[in-house]
Amino acid sequence: MNFLSPLTEGLRGLGRAVLFLFTILAGIPAALLRPRLILQQIYSVGVLSLIIIVISGSFIGMVLALQGYRTLVNFGAASSLGVLVALSIVRELGPVVTALLFAGRAGSALAAEIGLMKATDQLSGMEMMAVDPIKRVIAPRFIAGLVAMPLLVSIFSLMAIGVAGGHAIGVELLGVDDGSYWSQINQAMHGTDIRDMLIKGTVFGLAISWIAVYQGYHAAPTSEGVSRATTSTVVVSSLAVLALDFVLTAFMFH
Amino acid sequence: MPSRSLELLVGFFVSLGIAAVFVLTFRVASLDSVGDSGSSYRITAKFENTGSLARGASVKMSGVRIGRVRDIGIDPETFQAVVTMEIDGARNNIPADSNLKILTAGLLGEQYVGVEAGGDPEPLKDGSVVTFTQSALVLENLIGQMLTSFTQKEPKAAQPAEPAAAAPAP
Amino acid sequence: MTTAADSLVRVRSLKFGFGPKVIYDGIDLDIVRGKITAILGPSGTGKTTLLRLIGGQWKPDAGSIEFDGIDVHRQSRSQLFELRKRMGLLFQSGALLTDLSVFENVAFPLREHTAFPESMIRDLVLMKLEAVGLRGAAKLYPSEISGGMARRVAMARAIALEPDMIMYDEPFTGQDPISMGVLIRLIQGLNKSLDLTSVIVTHDVEDVMRIADYVYVLSGGKVLDHGSPAEVQHSKSDLVRQFLNGEADGPVSFHYKAARGYADDLMAGRE
Repeated sequence: MNFLSPLTEGLRGLGRAVLFLFTILAGIPAALLRPRLILQQIYSVGVLSLIIIVISGSFIGMVLALQGYRTLVNFGAASSLGVLVALSIVRELGPVVTALLFAGRAGSALAAEIGLMKATDQLSGMEMMAVDPIKRVIAPRFIAGLVAMPLLVSIFSLMAIGVAGGHAIGVELLGVDDGSYWSQINQAMHGTDIRDMLIKGTVFGLAISWIAVYQGYHAAPTSEGVSRATTSTVVVSSLAVLALDFVLTAFMFH
Repeated sequence: MPSRSLELLVGFFVSLGIAAVFVLTFRVASLDSVGDSGSSYRITAKFENTGSLARGASVKMSGVRIGRVRDIGIDPETFQAVVTMEIDGARNNIPADSNLKILTAGLLGEQYVGVEAGGDPEPLKDGSVVTFTQSALVLENLIGQMLTSFTQKEPKAAQPAEPAAAAPAP
Repeated sequence: MTTAADSLVRVRSLKFGFGPKVIYDGIDLDIVRGKITAILGPSGTGKTTLLRLIGGQWKPDAGSIEFDGIDVHRQSRSQLFELRKRMGLLFQSGALLTDLSVFENVAFPLREHTAFPESMIRDLVLMKLEAVGLRGAAKLYPSEISGGMARRVAMARAIALEPDMIMYDEPFTGQDPISMGVLIRLIQGLNKSLDLTSVIVTHDVEDVMRIADYVYVLSGGKVLDHGSPAEVQHSKSDLVRQFLNGEADGPVSFHYKAARGYADDLMAGRE
């Protein structure tokens, strides 16, 4: 009984989370009728994450370019720098790093906000005013996460490859030919890479938003409960992102 | 938060994201301009073989980039490759009889079009067709040629030896 | 006991517990229309739980709760929501939405449940705020007002949809005498002017006795006594009298029940 209980508790948690997801999905049509609420949430999870995404994207692109150049130049293949940066970003680092940052920046805020609303009886209060908190509070935040993530991934990738990251270091600083930087990317990258990137971004967005609203909604209504919900949102969604990334990559690999 | 600025910021964010998708999808190179001068003109050339030349590859003259490859197609009659290039408008005095070669940057580098200036006083203009071209070096063909030249040489080397060996016999 | 017609809420042989812990062990309770009913009891007797059960947030293990003749726990979710529009629940904290201003908080139920034009919502909200004396605070946010004010805003919000009944959860806890007086006056005033039925759950005996029409005393999952304030004050039950008079020792022991005697416990450390 005692050593089985973590297992049964884990299974119960998973079951609750899945049922909760169904509840959210059922609440989505009603939430879509209130675009203002979704807009507000896109602002707080998307627009407010923009700066951290732009800055990290640029730095990661820059580091990749420096590292890649050092290796490639030994083979006289410095002109392939663009490909190296673009493929690593679009296929892996873009979606994964954006998702990890999103979990830290937006996911934790989401869990803390909902947890606090619960702890201060705001959710119960809504229910007693005959307003369904799933439709009014949870679903808009869930949708916003789903919409914002692929957009953030794209912005991150573009920053890393083109605007300030790899391009700035590779072309402006290390003198890789601008034309070959892009034309090599051109040859190596396909539309399917971009599509896969967007799929990854959307799936990660779903996972993080789901975990965050679940943790917040089921937090113990105390300050300790809220802090635990916030922490486990970041931990669980980071692990989920990495595991999902493996599964998705395996599928996309053919 | 006033509703107008909220809408504005979200609109900005969403359009930024969509623009990023768009730029990534069309892979930047094929959409951006050729040179600094802003204007440009297009010329075409036919090659027997373009190797791994790709859209967006550089067009260089004496090592300096003067344009981009815009399109690569097939001539439906001659089955030759037709390469369309966009040349920087500032380079408007390239002789019409210039020679175009598909070259490789370094041993493993990407391929580009090299321009060797000719002597014609008439310059290339928009829509000009360059006639003097040299195809890409395809490694397999090169090796194939080397092998055939070896196999051709061996019998030749053996033949003179035969009469020499036979000569003392009679 | 009152007749069925004039009781708005009827609780019959209600049983409820959290796991093995029994909160209610079969209680009967009637809340009379148009009156102020006080539900008293020591801390930890699950008074708040009763309000959540009446509001249909939690389900009883056995027994029934009827609101205006409708069984609260046999309704579909949407029917339950319709029912809740007719009752307001005032949480201890006020439960104001912290990201909305006072005005928007009071406007919230109107915006959610009605399609009134903006000008009408504005008028209604200002009227409700005026009723609780906080029209001047309309632009403030919940973080900028005191706890007592937050409760008054919550009252304004609770009456926005003009319900039949308002339930107050510990409305006087942690209030200074002035805001306590304000709240008492408001509860009484609103009950009369809006023809409401009020339920006050509290352990604050003295103040609620002044305004309550009917009193229930709960403890240990049972109804110990009920009646008008005067009747209850002269209850036959020792426990009720101990509670109402605030004596430290009596049927409810000062000492939490220990596994063994005091002397044994002290001696146990020396072995």
